[in-house]
Amino acid sequence: MTLMTKFMGATAALALSAGAALAEPALIFDLGGKFDKSFNEAAFNGATRWAEETGGTFREIEMQSEAQREQALRRFAETGANPIVTMGFGMADPLAAVAPDYPDTKFAVIDVSWLDIPNVRQVAFAEHEGSYLVGMMAAMASKTGTVGFIGGMDVPLIRHFGCGYAQGVKAVNPDAKIIANMTGTTPSAWNDPVKGSEITKAQISQGADVVYAAAGGTGVGVLQTAADEGILSIGVDSNQNHLHPGKVLTSMMKRVDVAVYEAMKAGEDLETGVVVTMGLADDGVGFAMDENNASLVTAEMEAAVNAARDKIISGETEVVAYYTNDSCPALDF
Amino acid sequence: MDVMPKWAEVVLVPLISLLLAAIISALVILAIGEDPVAAVKLMVAGALGSTYGWGYTLYYATNFMFTGLAVAIAFHARLFNIGGEGQAMLGGLGVAFACLYIPWPHWTLALLGAALMAGLFGAIWAAIPAWLQVKRGSHIVITTIMFNFIAAALLNYMLVNIMRPKGQMDPASAKFPDATHLPTLHELLAPLGIEFSKAAPANVSFLVAIAACFGLWLLIWRTRLGYEIRAYGHSESAAKYAGISPFKITMITMIISGALAGLMATNNVMGEAERLVLNSTEGAGFIGIAVALMGRSHPVGVFIAAILFGFLYQGGAELALWTSIPRELIVVIQALVILFTGALDNMVRMPLERVFLAIRRSRRAGATD
Repeated sequence: MTLMTKFMGATAALALSAGAALAEPALIFDLGGKFDKSFNEAAFNGATRWAEETGGTFREIEMQSEAQREQALRRFAETGANPIVTMGFGMADPLAAVAPDYPDTKFAVIDVSWLDIPNVRQVAFAEHEGSYLVGMMAAMASKTGTVGFIGGMDVPLIRHFGCGYAQGVKAVNPDAKIIANMTGTTPSAWNDPVKGSEITKAQISQGADVVYAAAGGTGVGVLQTAADEGILSIGVDSNQNHLHPGKVLTSMMKRVDVAVYEAMKAGEDLETGVVVTMGLADDGVGFAMDENNASLVTAEMEAAVNAARDKIISGETEVVAYYTNDSCPALDF
Repeated sequence: MDVMPKWAEVVLVPLISLLLAAIISALVILAIGEDPVAAVKLMVAGALGSTYGWGYTLYYATNFMFTGLAVAIAFHARLFNIGGEGQAMLGGLGVAFACLYIPWPHWTLALLGAALMAGLFGAIWAAIPAWLQVKRGSHIVITTIMFNFIAAALLNYMLVNIMRPKGQMDPASAKFPDATHLPTLHELLAPLGIEFSKAAPANVSFLVAIAACFGLWLLIWRTRLGYEIRAYGHSESAAKYAGISPFKITMITMIISGALAGLMATNNVMGEAERLVLNSTEGAGFIGIAVALMGRSHPVGVFIAAILFGFLYQGGAELALWTSIPRELIVVIQALVILFTGALDNMVRMPLERVFLAIRRSRRAGATD
């Protein structure tokens, strides 16, 4: 037993020295990995922005396995990291198990909205509204009347993206054909640019001339192939317009970076026990306009989409969320 | 035949392989500007330096023991079952059915029932490729790996469309009822006065895995069936001549193999997550191949190799937590161990055999002088 306590003392010392600056915020990435050019990278960018502005540092870890989720939460909480920002719906259950054990630590979780824990801040995005707007743009830019949707792993969240997109397409052109494919059924679907490229080619052969990739790192392959084959693509999460200037119609921005940045900025004063929904009104989601896609988006297109945006904000247009009844009015999966 | 003494074969070869892997890993860590000694210390302290670390190491090891045994028994019949991943996924589905839809009065019964279902589902998933192999000549390596993808798709369909509670975004089943909660090592050891970390996921299925190791040893070396499996593995034509039916042996071996892989779900699904999530197997089916290779398909070897890989997993997690070594490099380190102990085995074995031969020759020469 004494040997064991000595060992435990050693680990504790090690852990302490590792987390020397107390109350550093921590960021836990999802399985997709830090540099997925999309969801996780947006979080990293938000955290980096915070670090640059404040001169602070933050701890971070990329998940390798499901069992690590709880482990990482506990280890960060035990070393006094605060707040702990976590990414993705997969963290919901681990948080429900861990957060009550550390009532003085504040947690934030992105893409979760159904928990009820006082020290967790849940941030959800109205992805269907943002997807609706880029769906409108896709329909307006399409010459063939056929547009594509390429999702990552077949999970409800991605159907949620696809559903909003399809509604937007149908709002502009009720006769439009929407081809929807998912990359796969395993987590590798988030990071499989080669397969993304294959699916893009398959959709092109079916007539699609605009494709929307909501697939994390897989989207890199989709955008690349779309650019190579001379059709338009739509990026997701981060602004991906710059990846292929003049060939990416727009990007459905999901401002994960803002959510992470704000959580870290609030630090230990982070407001928890709330569900924050970031939608069109507060620019939590939206479409990206910059010099890279200026030539692709006409003034009429931009005006129409902005009008639709205002209508959604005012409640005049309602975009149905896939979650409402686990089905989509505009698209079958 | 025996060029090397048994101890060299069992201890020296894996040890030298590990050492080589460690040296190359150290070079890799040095090359990215980190301190390899500190990294090793962190891994050892994180994986073995506390009951918390041990709890995770043993948790991973339990997974690898089941899948390692599954691959090992198939190896004995010269069948290469690389479908452990899919069989474990199906096992998870079996556990979920057992836990969600049957009201168990106590965890012991629940464990028994869930283990039966897990084994059954895993066995069915392995039996189909086995049947295709003996009756249709489709090679088992191809079919088992294909069945991994079918299993993933099936699981995805079940979780996204059928088993997911309404309104939940996470594609996972509902939480299992409390009666199916398996005692963790903390709960098991507390009455004995031994303090074990509460947070660690290692649970009673670790003991099931040890029992499975023993059971497999009994089966392979102490029963007629085990003899037939080994005979079939050594020479199919000789086994046929001796009246051993290839159909029977292939089917039975793969059914046991699939059941063992399926049993893994009692640990990760029932013991840890207590619900079925999409990515619950996390490649343990493939690690099982490395574990079986390194353990020379012997249950004791599998046991030790599983603990080693548990250590690598947990130690790797600690590295990811406290250093800036990126996770890809941690995978590289794990891969190096697999490469050296599994694939490059002969690289160590052959020079070593030559050394032993030389020693023996010089001794013999000394004796005749």
